[in-house]
Amino acid sequence: MKQKLFGVLRRIGFLVLVVWTVVSLVTLLIELVPGDPAIAVLGEQATPEQLAQFRAKHGLDRPPFFFGFPVDQTGQRQFAWHGLNNRYADYWSSILRGDLGTSFRTERPVFELIAERYPATIQLAITAMLIAVCIAIPLGVIAGKNRGTWIDNALSVIALVGISLPSFVIGPMLVYIFAVKLGWLAPSGRFEWSDIILPAFTLGAALSAILTRMVRSSVIEELGEPYVRTARAKGLSERTVVYKHVLKNGLIPVVTVLGLQLGVLLAGAIITEKIFGWPGLGLLLVEDGIGKRDYSVVQGCVLAISTTYIIANTLTDVLYRWLDPRIRVS
Amino acid sequence: MSRLSIIGLVIVVMVVLVALSAPWIATHEVGATNLSMRYIGPSASHWFGTDSTGRDIFSRVVFGAQISLKVGIIVVAVSALFGTVIGSIAGFYGGWIDRFLSGYIFNVFLAFPGLLLAIALVAFLGAGLNKLIFALCIIGWVGYARLIRAQVLKVREYDFVQAARALGAGDLRILTIHILPNAIQPLIVQASLGMAGAVLSEAALSFLGLGVPPPSPSWGVMIEEARDLSTLQAAPHALIFPGIAIALTVLAFNFIGDGLREYLDPKQRRR
Repeated sequence: MKQKLFGVLRRIGFLVLVVWTVVSLVTLLIELVPGDPAIAVLGEQATPEQLAQFRAKHGLDRPPFFFGFPVDQTGQRQFAWHGLNNRYADYWSSILRGDLGTSFRTERPVFELIAERYPATIQLAITAMLIAVCIAIPLGVIAGKNRGTWIDNALSVIALVGISLPSFVIGPMLVYIFAVKLGWLAPSGRFEWSDIILPAFTLGAALSAILTRMVRSSVIEELGEPYVRTARAKGLSERTVVYKHVLKNGLIPVVTVLGLQLGVLLAGAIITEKIFGWPGLGLLLVEDGIGKRDYSVVQGCVLAISTTYIIANTLTDVLYRWLDPRIRVS
Repeated sequence: MSRLSIIGLVIVVMVVLVALSAPWIATHEVGATNLSMRYIGPSASHWFGTDSTGRDIFSRVVFGAQISLKVGIIVVAVSALFGTVIGSIAGFYGGWIDRFLSGYIFNVFLAFPGLLLAIALVAFLGAGLNKLIFALCIIGWVGYARLIRAQVLKVREYDFVQAARALGAGDLRILTIHILPNAIQPLIVQASLGMAGAVLSEAALSFLGLGVPPPSPSWGVMIEEARDLSTLQAAPHALIFPGIAIALTVLAFNFIGDGLREYLDPKQRRR
């Protein structure tokens, strides 16, 4: 019991360390901007007063970290200690208060912008995941049950094609077929309930291919287990054997992949949202953030997406351990 | 080798040949626009048709292969090399070095969804081919490092390693001559899948406007230019041909990687 508690504490401590590093890296990203971020945002024609005002407003006039090596009058790099009056410390104290800074362009709090867009992205990711699961489980079971036959081979090839077709190819093709040619669905936006169909399918396509392969190998592995023979010997129908017994055990590894893939979906949503003008975090990141050089918005979005990813991964890990007691011991 | 990996190999060889001989294969000058020849469908003079500014799509797809392969090869080579060095250090020395590298550094990199980190880096560094390659290496090396670490952990316990040590071989010699050659096999699978991933990521970032800047014929850029509604309506082939090029290339590398994996891991082999 004591050992178990120690293990849990260690994991939590570790998680805190990773999150701390990730946030630190994101806050320091702006140092990568070549030249002066203020000029990059306001443009070359901005007056020195405008630039100074902008820098003061967003803390860009202060040193980025606790210490640095600025060039002094003689042209030498000298070690300098800035104390607590630096952007890094500021960023942390604001984050802990739930403040992600203000947008460089719209002057609105970044936190507000993200909170506005977040639900749309989660809605898209979860719908995509549901679509993927609904496609993958039946196909994977069929492939696994008919292992080695032409059905299995055909499904494997289709799955590989699905993995290889990027969303930015599938998406515009779907727009061409369903919006331009057939006129059934809108090419972009988020107004009608049906507007989610094309983006969710685009985002979920690769995942459904990956899952199909996983379900297939899971089913094959489980079908070789003794309990399947027992179930068949009891006279259960093949349907019950596969869907009640095999699938139940076979889905455990699939759950892990689902959790880990949520992060991939969040990153993939950046592209899908751009294709379909879906107003989520990805569109905020690409159009408002990167497109308009609104660096504070970019930082906020990267932070929001990676934090969601870390949380999803941790929950997956916990769920996996709970589902399969064999893993808990090791 | 399975049938699919042979198909994959054939496609990859074809793409490489096309990329190498692009200047001779291309039927038109790659950047030449011609507004009187917009949106022409595939024909004898323009095999893949023309795009919204009258550029020949076939020539652009052919030159696009150069960009994709260049990015893929550099990214895979650099990340595999760097990952192998870090992974073998972690696996070979163990102890606090391993805990720091595999426990902390690897996990920090894995805490970002891969593409997001690349997008963030390029967003701040500015777009461009070299920066894109740099960003893809940053997200790519961890996969190789983890793989090699696990392999080295396994191989270093083998008898022949103990024997080499007993004969007085140094760390570097044991690692490079005895352990790595026996640990490197799965790296080939990872490298093949990594090529697929790098080609995809390059196209994705260029599609987002974060990769190779527009006039150059990156497949991702071509798709981005072809997807506005008026172009889609008038010239769907402007989307389809670069799309097929990306899908075929990625598919081919995935076929090879998959075939190699099944070959190396008989448990996964069919029948």
